[in-house]
Amino acid sequence: MAKVLMKGNEVIAEAAVQANCKYYFGYPITPQSELVAYMAKRLPEVGGLFLQAESEVAAINMVYGAAAAGVRVMTSSSSPGISLKQEGISYMVGSELPAVVVNVVRGGPGLGTIQPAQSDYFQAVKGGGHGDYQIPVLAPATLQEIVDLMQDAFDIADKYRTPVYLLGDGMLGQMMEPVEFKERPAIELPEKDWAATGTRGDGGPRIVNSLRLDPADLEEHNNHLQAKYKKILENEVRYENYMTDDADYILVAYGTVSRIAKNALQKARSKGIKVGMIRPISLWPFPEKAFHETRDKVKGYLTVEMSAGQMVEDVRLCVEGHAPVHFYGRTGGMVPSQEEILKKIVEMAGGEL
Amino acid sequence: MEIVFEKTKGLTDTPTHYCPGCTHGIIHRLVAEVLEEMDVLEDAVGVASVGCSVLSYEYFNTDMVQAAHGRAPAVATGIKRVLPNNRIVYTYQGDGDLASIGMAEIVHAAARGEKITVIFVNNAIYGMTGGQMAPTSLLGQKTATSPFGRDINVQGAPIRISELLSTLDGAAYIERVSSHDVPNIIKAKKAIRKAFETQKQGLGFSLVEILSTCPTNWGLDPNESLDWVKEAMVPVYPLGVYKDITKEEK
Amino acid sequence: MENRVVFNEDVCKGCSLCVSACPVDIVFLADRLNGKGYRPATVTEQDKCISCAACARICPDTVITVYRPERQKKSAS
Repeated sequence: MAKVLMKGNEVIAEAAVQANCKYYFGYPITPQSELVAYMAKRLPEVGGLFLQAESEVAAINMVYGAAAAGVRVMTSSSSPGISLKQEGISYMVGSELPAVVVNVVRGGPGLGTIQPAQSDYFQAVKGGGHGDYQIPVLAPATLQEIVDLMQDAFDIADKYRTPVYLLGDGMLGQMMEPVEFKERPAIELPEKDWAATGTRGDGGPRIVNSLRLDPADLEEHNNHLQAKYKKILENEVRYENYMTDDADYILVAYGTVSRIAKNALQKARSKGIKVGMIRPISLWPFPEKAFHETRDKVKGYLTVEMSAGQMVEDVRLCVEGHAPVHFYGRTGGMVPSQEEILKKIVEMAGGEL
Repeated sequence: MEIVFEKTKGLTDTPTHYCPGCTHGIIHRLVAEVLEEMDVLEDAVGVASVGCSVLSYEYFNTDMVQAAHGRAPAVATGIKRVLPNNRIVYTYQGDGDLASIGMAEIVHAAARGEKITVIFVNNAIYGMTGGQMAPTSLLGQKTATSPFGRDINVQGAPIRISELLSTLDGAAYIERVSSHDVPNIIKAKKAIRKAFETQKQGLGFSLVEILSTCPTNWGLDPNESLDWVKEAMVPVYPLGVYKDITKEEK
Repeated sequence: MENRVVFNEDVCKGCSLCVSACPVDIVFLADRLNGKGYRPATVTEQDKCISCAACARICPDTVITVYRPERQKKSAS
């Protein structure tokens, strides 16, 4: 298929359709409302269903129902809406239901703003609802990457029977870039013989449920979930190393910010400062290996986020004091500029700009 | 000897956890009998809510999905909309689940005309959590959270769900029945059958509200509880059909 | 005379709804306890039972199965 110029929110929607997702339940919220509108037009074209729910709480529970009935299903929202969905997501984890949840992050807390942000990192990565669990979180930096990661998100969801986050931000959702929807061979996925489909002759009643009143049962279930997370940690880490081989300093950034950081990095290189960048693509499972391989070779890391500092904590956990980990961030929907990041790089390198 | 009455195949062999005399047990049986008689046990997917009937997924002999508190109508929407049309999707909810935390979900499911059947058990109290006031608790009714009796100036008045939902065009069949004696139990079963038939014919949203007891939290014995339904609840919650589009068409 | 009404005593919770529902007042709670510590409902005067199944219809725990004599036998005698 040829390249086509599209808006991020619509790329997310089309990517889901191309990943054979036919069901979407959502609710309007800036900055991702174009995604909802796109699905409303597009899904009927593929014999699918778009339904606008009365709230994000209802939407995630419709997703729960559809997933329990064994179909590929998705929902999307932005920060406040994702907060409303936390209970539903925890239920999906407990009932081991696959689905993709897209968060086009906006500035918070509270009603916040409609400008882009990355301040939902903890909510997504540290399991924002109740109970011990983790959810795979994929963070695209370009619209083309949305297309590729969306297919991965659905495959991971079905492969491990878990909800999966696709974490974007308002800028990614609103910007336009050329994308190509390449044909992708479907991978081998387990059959959904657990789904509650009311199908005659498919064996005894099937129960989709997250209640386990007996604590011993629930602990056993938790052990099962933790074993699942161990497998995801082993198989589903995604990240990009950019010019880290000879780097004295390494930037750490994901999504939109990683693109700005790359420009600052090249400027710093032109000033003779050898800087590289680690770009986590899977925020969970976090790319620990990238830091273990570099922490004894570099003089410092600089984590850059559109938040008050969240991913930086995971960087520190991986670096374990082997090298200094600095942080620079903007909050409230402000976007760090290339110049600001360059200034911080130079400061880290102990020189004057 | 000929069998006159025996346990329906629509219920599993798991004995229920309900308190002695609680009419949840009767209502479960009526739903199960209707599903068996319509021969749709294997085509049905039930949605269990949260409350005393949370464990209903262990009692109904159909595929079951357990939903978060108040969200059963949304979960049922998700199921019904993605499965083939011949599937029968139903929810089984108490008054705390449906009329309090789940009010938005039930109103919008009815407004959208979701082709699901809602079994709404109204016992004017929160049972599982130990007798708190529900939106359906009667004026003057003493509960753990209205210890001096429900006061209209403090906690407002009871909500009549059947009347409320019957104003929505998406609602095809809504009836309120009771479980307080055998004749009413027989009528309740007819209403449940009519509701599931409404769904089967794809006519829209159907709900049966069944007045039910809570001996433990009402502080009454099982038989006194049935009397309380008859003498105290029925006057506040008049029985009858509140919506039936099959009648309107004739 | 075979029993017209049979009680699965193990699952009875002794709620006695059937006791008050029986039109011929033959259902009562036995003096023994079942496995759960409830006094199970029972009938001794099976001959008075009219197989109306009122007890079974009001039972919340599907304890009761109700029979009646084959119709043909009745009309033939």
